[in-house]
Formats: sequence, C-alpha cells, structure tokens
Amino acid sequence: MHLANRSLVTAACSAAVLLAALTGCAPQPEAGPQTKASGQAGGTAGACAPGKLATEVPGKLTVGTDKPAYAPWFSDDDPSNGKGFESAVAYAVAKQLGYERDAVVWQHTPFNSAFAPGAKKFDFDINQVSINEDRKKAVAFSSGYYDVRQAVVALKSSKAAKATSLADLKDVKLGAQVGTTSLEFINDLVKPDQKPAVYQRNDFAKSALKTGQVDAIVVDLPTAFYITGAEVPEATVVGQFPNSTDNPEQFGLVLDKESALTSCVSGAVDALRKDGTLAALEKEWLSDAVDAPVLK
Amino acid sequence: MTLHKTPPVVGTDTYTPSERRLARERHHRTRTRRATAIAATSTLVTGVVLYFLITGSPGWQRTQETFFSLHYAREALPEVLEGLWLNLRLLLMCGSAVLALGLLLAVARTLRGPVFFPIRALATAYTDFFRGLPLIICLLMVVFGVPALRLEGVTNDPVLLGGAALVLTYSAYVAEVFRAGIESVHPSQRAAARSLGLSSGKTLRFVVLPQAVRRVVPPLLNDLVSLQKDTGLVSIAGAVDAVYAAQIIASKDFNYTPYVVAGLVFVALTIPMTRLTDWVTARMDRRRAQGGLV
Repeated sequence: MHLANRSLVTAACSAAVLLAALTGCAPQPEAGPQTKASGQAGGTAGACAPGKLATEVPGKLTVGTDKPAYAPWFSDDDPSNGKGFESAVAYAVAKQLGYERDAVVWQHTPFNSAFAPGAKKFDFDINQVSINEDRKKAVAFSSGYYDVRQAVVALKSSKAAKATSLADLKDVKLGAQVGTTSLEFINDLVKPDQKPAVYQRNDFAKSALKTGQVDAIVVDLPTAFYITGAEVPEATVVGQFPNSTDNPEQFGLVLDKESALTSCVSGAVDALRKDGTLAALEKEWLSDAVDAPVLK
Repeated sequence: MTLHKTPPVVGTDTYTPSERRLARERHHRTRTRRATAIAATSTLVTGVVLYFLITGSPGWQRTQETFFSLHYAREALPEVLEGLWLNLRLLLMCGSAVLALGLLLAVARTLRGPVFFPIRALATAYTDFFRGLPLIICLLMVVFGVPALRLEGVTNDPVLLGGAALVLTYSAYVAEVFRAGIESVHPSQRAAARSLGLSSGKTLRFVVLPQAVRRVVPPLLNDLVSLQKDTGLVSIAGAVDAVYAAQIIASKDFNYTPYVVAGLVFVALTIPMTRLTDWVTARMDRRRAQGGLV
C-alpha cells in the first residue's frame, strides 16, 4: 500500500518537475547572438561601422588568448602590452575595426575552450591557431594573418642536428606539442620509426629536449628561433619543413561559428596585409626568424 | 503441551494454505505488479521528457556534431584503443607494485616493539608525504627531475618514470587502506594466535592479514580504478595514452567526439573489473561462512 502510493507520488513528482523544467527552463532560442546576427555583415563598410560592432561587450573588443602567452608571439606573458607579434596584430586589427587600445579587453581562453561549441566569451581568439578544413566545421576563421613554417630544433650534440633531409629524421625520436600542425608534419611527412612524443605544453617539450628524452622537437619557425636564441642555447634550428605551395599553412583569428563579426574581422586582416602593416609587424617582432635550410 | 500425542506421519503432508493466506499472497502479488508498472511508466516518462528536452534544445544539432559525430568516432577508436594498451600495461605493472609496496608499508607501520621505531617512523613519514603531494607534481618531479640529474644507468624513459611516480603516490594511499584493515582485526584474534604458540610473524601471516585484506577489498578496488584512470597522467611526459590520443585528434579537428569515445572505453573497462571483485568478495564470504550464513 505504502510502497505503491509512494512510487505513485514520486512518479507524479518527477514527471511534474521534469515538465516544469521542460516548459520553464528550456533554453529559449538565444536572443543575444541571434539579434546580433541580424546585422549580418556583407563585408561592406556600412555593416562594419567603426567601433560599433555587435561585440560581446558593447563598445569593447574582447580578445582571447591562452596562458602562458609565449614569446615571440607575446612578451612577458602579458598580451595587453602590445609587445610581441600577436599582441601587436590584435591591436592593429582592433584599430582597423575602430577600437582604440583602451577598448580592447584581453581574456584568458585555453586552447581547448576556443573551439567549444557553446557561446563564446570572446569576439575573436588569437593563439597561433592554424586554419584547416576540419576546424572550419567547428569555428569560423578570419583570413590568415601569418604564413607559418614548421622547423626542427635539436641539441647541437645530437645526431638529429646533422639531418639535411626528412629521411635523416626517420630514426630520430621526435616530439611536438598537442594540437599543433607540427605533430601532423611529423606523422605525415617524416613518418618516423618511433612514435613521436606529444606534449601538453611547449615547456614540457623543451624540458624533454634538454634532458634528451627526445632527440628533436618540431615547432613553428619563430618559436624555434626563440627557443635556440633565448631558452635552450645548446640547441640549434636544424631546418624547416617544405611548405606546400598550393596550400600554405596560415594562422587565423578564431571566431564563433555563427559570429556576425567574421567578415568584418577578415576584412580588417586583409586591409592590414594590403597596406603592409602585417609585414612590418612581422619584421619588428619575428625578424629573428630568418630562413633555415629546407629539409626535402 | 501433551506428551502423548501421536507424532504426525512423515511424508504425507496434508498442509493446505488457508483462505486468508491465499488472499494475502494474492494481495501482495497485485501490489508488486502495480509498483513495477508505476516504476516502469515513471522511467519511461522521465526518459521521454529528457529526450525531448535535450534534442529540442536550440544548440542540440551543434552539440551532436561536436560530441557525437560518427565520422570522428570511427577515426578515433583505433587510436584510442592503441593508447589504452599503454594504460592497461601501466595498470598491470603499477597495480601489482602498488599492492606489494602498500602492504609492506602497512606492515612496517604496524610493527610492534621499540626496536622497530625507525622503520615505523620512516613508513609514517613516507605515507604522510606522498598522500599529501599532488600526483601531478610528483609526476613532474620524477619525469623531468630524474633525467635532469643525468645519473648513469637510470632510465630516461618517460613511461617508466611516470609509472614509478604513480607507484610512489598510490602505494601511500593503499598502505593506509591496508593499515586500516590490519587495525580492524580484533586484538583477541592476535592474542588467541599467540597463545596457540604462533610467532608474531606467523600470527600476522595466518591470522591477521587474511582477515585484514578481506575487509578492505572494496576500498582497494576503488584505488585500483582510480589508478587505472590516473595512468593517463603519464602522458604529461609525452607518452600517448587513450585520453591523450583522443585529445590529439580533438585538437587537430576541433571536435570533442574522441573524448566521448575514450570516456566510454574507460567505463567499459571499469565495469567488468568491479563485477570481478564483487564475485571474488562473495566467494571469500562463502568460504568463510562454511557453516552456512545466518
């Protein structure tokens, strides 16, 4: 008797609660981004009114990047100082969009959450993210602001330092950071005999290089020169990977897939490329990244 | 109470349940049926409501593409399974080492007699330190610190070093579990054993430890399952385990499905392990209660 009654009551209660939830807290179709998107930009100047974009925080431009922010992309782990290539690019893009320095708000966005499907808290994310087709299914990219080349760094004392071709790297223990194209280069181009070591952060990759747990690591060229110049002086840049000419790898700004700003931000990046700003910033912050021999 | 009553004839059971008893049983049966029906309906309603709540949400389609994409699941499964092989090897090696070392530590902590004081103190200090030290820091110290010493003859292999760090931390946990078991054995057991003439070593081996270990099988299993999941942390040194294999694909393609695949694989691994230990425990109980359970 009791049992039956109780289960009846419980069932009724849970059904009621769930129904209430269904009607009460069912997420309404998002009013925010949707209405923002109504000003859908066609890349025309009218839609990208300077300083009047439909940003997360009106009147401000919220820019995401990971922490720690590595040199030479940023300087002193402080993206807001305008030093370092990506910090400078972010401020240049902001300016192009009509946002002065004080209207730019930086936000710590871990790499993994930059492509989470939920609503984004940033207007765009700048974090050395390479553009590729698979990623375009999850996020929107601006046009590329930097052409990346991947390079091999090894201790001067190791056998990897003498490599002159991709074949010379076959029997070498290589390492790279997770989520980077460096890892894809290793797997697709070198196809080494030993599985590459994969690190959560470049710091760990550097540690492993120093202690000899890996013979060489693969990073992008500016990082490679920064490592050999400032962090691990006993290492050398062995060479760079050949870049496919028809589809060069580029870093792009990451935006939410449904972001209304994509075309405006892309337009800003294109304009900066056209007027030589990007080239100047590259020269200013990444000039150490001179050429390295190409490993065929 | 009459003593001269003819005993009932054995074998001719003339018992027929009374009307009232039959009615009571009928009543119980209908009650049970009704309760089951209500529970089933309630579950069904809950399921349907949840289904519509989730699939009806505005972001469902993107969530489905991001977390439950068949294409990426297919791509991830072989990689995840290959990584899982590393988890399993680590679990086997570290698990046995942890059990042995943990038991040793627990025994060292429960040794009696003033002469053993340094051993007791060392074992206590060890468990205190390594139980408190965050595992990730222990791993970093061992994995990147040991090679930095450049010792001759000491391995540089990140998997071996990571395994060693896991053993250090987990044997401290397990030692405490064993110690709790040892101390839960009633002193009278020890006294009885000693009065039968068993030495203290034999008392420990034949009387105390069998009872102690049997009592702590469930918490031991907890630690083992926990160890199984933490084997993945070895990936901090660059080795690729199941979760890490998933992360590599996830961050390459910006899709979270590989994580879901890896999660399910781990759950699927834990369930048989739990059932196995349940069965072992039940068997131990049956053996202990040979006179039949009360």
